[in-house]
Amino acid sequence: MTPDLIAFFVLALIAIAAALGMLLGRNVVYSALFLVLNFGTVAVFYILLDAPFIALTQVSVYAGAIMVLFLFVIMLLGTETLPVSKALPWQRPLAFVLALILAGEAGYLLFFRKVTSGTIPQPVQTFGSPQAVGQALFNQYLLPFEVTSVLLLIAMVGAIVLTIKEKGGQGK
Amino acid sequence: MIPLSWYLILSAALFSIGLFGVLSRRNAVAILLGIELMLNAVNINLVSFWRYGDVSMMAGQVFAIIVFAVAASEVAVGLALVISVYRSRNTVIADEIDLMKW
Repeated sequence: MTPDLIAFFVLALIAIAAALGMLLGRNVVYSALFLVLNFGTVAVFYILLDAPFIALTQVSVYAGAIMVLFLFVIMLLGTETLPVSKALPWQRPLAFVLALILAGEAGYLLFFRKVTSGTIPQPVQTFGSPQAVGQALFNQYLLPFEVTSVLLLIAMVGAIVLTIKEKGGQGK
Repeated sequence: MIPLSWYLILSAALFSIGLFGVLSRRNAVAILLGIELMLNAVNINLVSFWRYGDVSMMAGQVFAIIVFAVAASEVAVGLALVISVYRSRNTVIADEIDLMKW
């Protein structure tokens, strides 16, 4: 076993366990913190895949900004835990059966497909660098980049409009 | 070198866990957390396909960055919706937000 494989397995275990913890936690604050751990391990996956810029963006944007926003809203609303409710009785076994079928199909397709695996390109230092990403972003993919900026503007305006209190109204 | 399919399986597992979270959680904020996990799994796919394909084509990484921006704006609007609903109906339980339910 090479160090690569060992690192992959350990990280994959941590990532799956953190995702399950996110899923099963009763308290939403714990769910959010488990998701931060998951994002951190995924960032290490990006480094394994020779994409350091994506990895650092993942840490700063996802694990930093987005999750802090989540934690602020959770604590602002004070809805960390909710009363448990009874779900539909047949829902859980049906969900497990369907999930097993889905996992079986995916595993079958990915493992037993006749694949002619070509040679994996050697890691090239320059292709994951911020310079290469920026050049691709501003030359070849300029229009998607501008569309993204418009999308961010719309999201900002939408967030402000949705949360602003109307003056002189009922103060809903 | 790690086979590509292992990354795809990991990504599929994370996506499925996130999807289950979206479908099963009652807290609206937890539903948004599940959506974040799904977007993250998609990003793993994009970057690993970039790595195992033609490395000089930067489309995988550029797509991943655009998915970051989409995730950020989705969270901003989603959390603003949750706050707005909490103000008007005093709950974040998705089952009880049924004003438009037929």
